[in-house]
Amino acid sequence: MKVLIPTPLRSYTAAHEVDANGATVGEVLADLDRRYPGFRFRMVDEQDKIRRHMRLFVNGEQSFDLAQPLRASDSIQIVQALSGG
Amino acid sequence: MARAMKKAVAKKVKPAAKAVKKANGKARAAKSPKVALLVSTRKGAWIFHGDSNRKNWSADGPHFLGQIINHLMLDPRDGKTLIAAASTGHLGPTIFRSTNMGKSWTEAKRPPAFAKAEDPSKGRTVKHTFWLTPAHANEPNVWYAGTSPQGLFRSEDGGMNWEPFGLVNDDPQYRAWMGSEQDGTPDGPKMHSITIDPRDPKHMYMGMSGGGVHESLDAGRTWSPMVKGMEVVGGFDAKNIAFHDPHCLRICPSNPDRLYQQNHCGIYRIDRPSDEWVRIGRAMPKKVGDIGFVMTVHPRDDKTVWVLPMDGQTVWPRTSPEGRPSVYGTKNGGKTWTRLDNGLPEAQAWWTVKRQAMTADSRDPVGLYFGTTSGELWMSRDEGARWTNFARHLPEIYAVEAAEVM
Repeated sequence: MKVLIPTPLRSYTAAHEVDANGATVGEVLADLDRRYPGFRFRMVDEQDKIRRHMRLFVNGEQSFDLAQPLRASDSIQIVQALSGG
Repeated sequence: MARAMKKAVAKKVKPAAKAVKKANGKARAAKSPKVALLVSTRKGAWIFHGDSNRKNWSADGPHFLGQIINHLMLDPRDGKTLIAAASTGHLGPTIFRSTNMGKSWTEAKRPPAFAKAEDPSKGRTVKHTFWLTPAHANEPNVWYAGTSPQGLFRSEDGGMNWEPFGLVNDDPQYRAWMGSEQDGTPDGPKMHSITIDPRDPKHMYMGMSGGGVHESLDAGRTWSPMVKGMEVVGGFDAKNIAFHDPHCLRICPSNPDRLYQQNHCGIYRIDRPSDEWVRIGRAMPKKVGDIGFVMTVHPRDDKTVWVLPMDGQTVWPRTSPEGRPSVYGTKNGGKTWTRLDNGLPEAQAWWTVKRQAMTADSRDPVGLYFGTTSGELWMSRDEGARWTNFARHLPEIYAVEAAEVM
């Protein structure tokens, strides 16, 4: 499936959109981490929570659940909730 | 005949010896290390390379523009490996390593992270790595890291993979002393000043803001508090370890039995095996006080240290007292202090200098360096007698480290 990548994470992917596989949100992030080592920890913490200033949408609906099931036709958007100066 | 031979040999040897001496001198001059300043800021890192006289400086950077760099350290055991503690306002924390003085960087495979809790709501999350310490000279590639919230981590592969010290990070007593995220400094409680005894890799000290000074005799597996003699904010009980807030702890390279400390409440010295700190800041001028963040020790003289006082009155502005910044130095272990402000602004300079933002090189005379939160770098080539500004307009400076590079 297609995953939209925000600018802070493009140093890993070198692309604004990449392909990834997985039956859940967590599996897709694990796949991205295999392809782009270090990617996952910068948006998901060690307690498996999506970090405070990162947001993940599935088909336009916000998701905080790494166990959320996905279909191959789904699309994922990762965005940063930038704040402060 | 023998006399003639001796004379001939002497004649032959003399020019050769001279040539060798001259060649050695050239080699020494060519190979003498130069000082590089590793500057960590809220928006990236810079490396300032000094010439052999430490007069002219060239800026290499920014590295990691826009990323929060809390600490950048050179490995003194190989003189070429840099380790940087990085995060951003939105991405999680990580560690970068360079083995070519910053020409290229590699990200850690496993940055410092707490163990995953069975109940995720009770698990802790590293917000940033605050402090980096290369381990003992006999332990190449070993590093320690202190984080916010407070945790101790160790890498045995030059900073690529970091393991948590569960025995302190998850110890109920230590967790109580560390406090919650609301008990620390404005951007979180910090483990810092991880200090290795140069005589014994297993003998360590560290500071917790808040939570006191602690000592380990078994390479960080177990720790015990070392706060006797340290004071706390008026009205609080000094027997409660959680109330102690050491800001910066330094061991004397020339005498590892002597340590100095700049605390939230005073300047201290301890001479081991004594377990009692002495508040040597009492000898500072009353109108300046002995509050601050930095502590800088002389590389060869255990009686000489420098501090940079901050205003600790009323609401604790922690800016230069009366807007007149000055370094204060002692040459007698804290019995007396001398104001060292020649060249610094005389008025309306409301600087804050954070705990990692002052350092010394190992030259003779010692070079001193500090960076302000307003982005200025200042230095003295003569142990504080005269100060000059050599960089301005940098982002908020968090740390300044002097490294000797070939």
